[in-house]
Amino acid sequence: MATTRQLPPVVRRSVRGLMAGLLTVLFLAPFYLMLRNALMDTQGLTSPDWTWWPSTMHWENFTSLFSDPALNMGQALGNSLLVAAITAPVSTLLASAAGYALARIPIPGRGVLLALVVATLMIPGSVTFVPTFVVVGSMGGVNTLWGIIAPGLFNPFAVLLFRNFYLQFPSEIEEAGRLDGLGWLGLYRRIALPSSGAMLASLGALAFIDSWNAFLWPLVIGQDPSAWTAQIALSTFLTSQTINLPGLFAGAVVTIAPLVAMFLVAQRYIVEGIATSGLKG
Amino acid sequence: MMKSAPPPTLHHERVGCPAAEPRGTAPVRRTRPDRRAWGAFALLAGPLLIGLGLFKYVAIGWSFLLSLSEARGTIALGHWVGLDNYRTLLSDAVFRKSLGQILLFTVFIVPVTFAASLGLALLVHRIRRGRAVLRTAFLIPAAVSYVAASLLWKMSLFNGLPSGIANTVGGWFGMDAVPWLQTTSPPLYWVVLITLRLWLQVGFYMVLFLAGLQGIPKEMYEAAALDGATGLRLLRRITLPMLRNTSVAVLMLQFIAAFQAFDEFYNLFNSGLSGSAAAPIRTPLGYLYDTAMGSQNYGLGSAGAFVLTALIVGVTLIQGRLTGFGKGEE
Repeated sequence: MATTRQLPPVVRRSVRGLMAGLLTVLFLAPFYLMLRNALMDTQGLTSPDWTWWPSTMHWENFTSLFSDPALNMGQALGNSLLVAAITAPVSTLLASAAGYALARIPIPGRGVLLALVVATLMIPGSVTFVPTFVVVGSMGGVNTLWGIIAPGLFNPFAVLLFRNFYLQFPSEIEEAGRLDGLGWLGLYRRIALPSSGAMLASLGALAFIDSWNAFLWPLVIGQDPSAWTAQIALSTFLTSQTINLPGLFAGAVVTIAPLVAMFLVAQRYIVEGIATSGLKG
Repeated sequence: MMKSAPPPTLHHERVGCPAAEPRGTAPVRRTRPDRRAWGAFALLAGPLLIGLGLFKYVAIGWSFLLSLSEARGTIALGHWVGLDNYRTLLSDAVFRKSLGQILLFTVFIVPVTFAASLGLALLVHRIRRGRAVLRTAFLIPAAVSYVAASLLWKMSLFNGLPSGIANTVGGWFGMDAVPWLQTTSPPLYWVVLITLRLWLQVGFYMVLFLAGLQGIPKEMYEAAALDGATGLRLLRRITLPMLRNTSVAVLMLQFIAAFQAFDEFYNLFNSGLSGSAAAPIRTPLGYLYDTAMGSQNYGLGSAGAFVLTALIVGVTLIQGRLTGFGKGEE
């Protein structure tokens, strides 16, 4: 940068443009590679000669994912979808409702409850898989989908974000609703919740991504193939002595594709979610 | 922090009752809406509070008691052994080695990711045409799981074949083909680990920096430019100081994430036959996983969870104290 300081703006701009172009290629290259590998056959993949794109597309890599019972990919994808599709809306709604109550409903002891919620923020997420396993295991959650889902439904950080949001929510609007005879529940359901759409979408999208990509917890609690998520299925074949390389890459493409699509469609909300929360971990 | 909810506004009470209690005296006025408030509070916040209570407080309490127990293959309490598990843990060379290695990993990955995400944010922020495309390109790896990235890094980019990408690129510079993940001297697997996590995470932190950059008023730059400041000086005098809070947050998030690294280590180094035994590097979480899930020693595993939690919380608090110093000025 020090050298570009004296350069005329035109040069500086084109250097910047060139850098941007190179970096874009670099960042997107792994996606290309994944797709290429998924469409090759084993021979082509291990051949010493580099090929940019398979001359014959091996789509059967994808179909074999679902027809091969040993891979179990169909069920694993179904499990992942179920887990993420339940976790995202439920965790977001629970956080929103609790955030509203903690922000608005005056009951004695609310400060203490809030402090108890805040205190759990200090606890790092993954390290405590042993305590979580102890509880979920004792409730019979091993190798079940609800065991995978349940601990992820309660997100203290989202509660605080929603609480801050509702604290800033103009109380005039709520008062109007109150004059119309709404109680606390009505105010939340009819007024506060409908105006939290952007927050719900942002935090919901992030929750979906986290849940879909989660690895350690599903690994701990869902060891039986019937409870595998897509990540666990993929990992099992990656760490076993597998020979079906193209199949593995096809599996990876299938697990990545939904999230990439989501990123492209809902990027505004995802960016918003990351920026307002910076959550994770 | 954040200790007090704002006092309930007077309006609520005033507006809340008149219809129901036209001639209510003061005490009635207070109790009626209170009970209703309790009901609503319980309905709205109850599920979350119960969940947090169960999966955080009960879990941690139980696990703490387990850490004081001999608990192999059982999560039942009863066989108390005092601090034995902690003693065993801290004297275990494998655990201590894992701590050293995660520290080394953190020392590498945090500054690299920090610098890269800041650099990308500055680039995206300044570019005029195609900013959205650029941001998408950097952010989209965040959609990929560690498992999928590990697959690509292990089996394609750094697969150790002469035709592998890394070896091909190395060949252009006259390097011999090497098995990246298996070579321990020099420990080339660090390149694999760092590039993988960097690719996955950098976009996420870039977004945080971008948000910070957008919060800097343009006038500050204009004023400084009038004083003749350019390029590097603007960066040092305005941009970086104004990004201070963002930087602190990014550093903390990175530290917490790095210290709990597990996914890519597991997927890069584990093999179905020998588990993690042959792995050149194991993180503390990997150690915990092997202890609690492999050997089913829940007492020792619980002790490990507490030691690691204490370490993370401790460092975070110290970091917060150090960097929070002088925060009032802003």
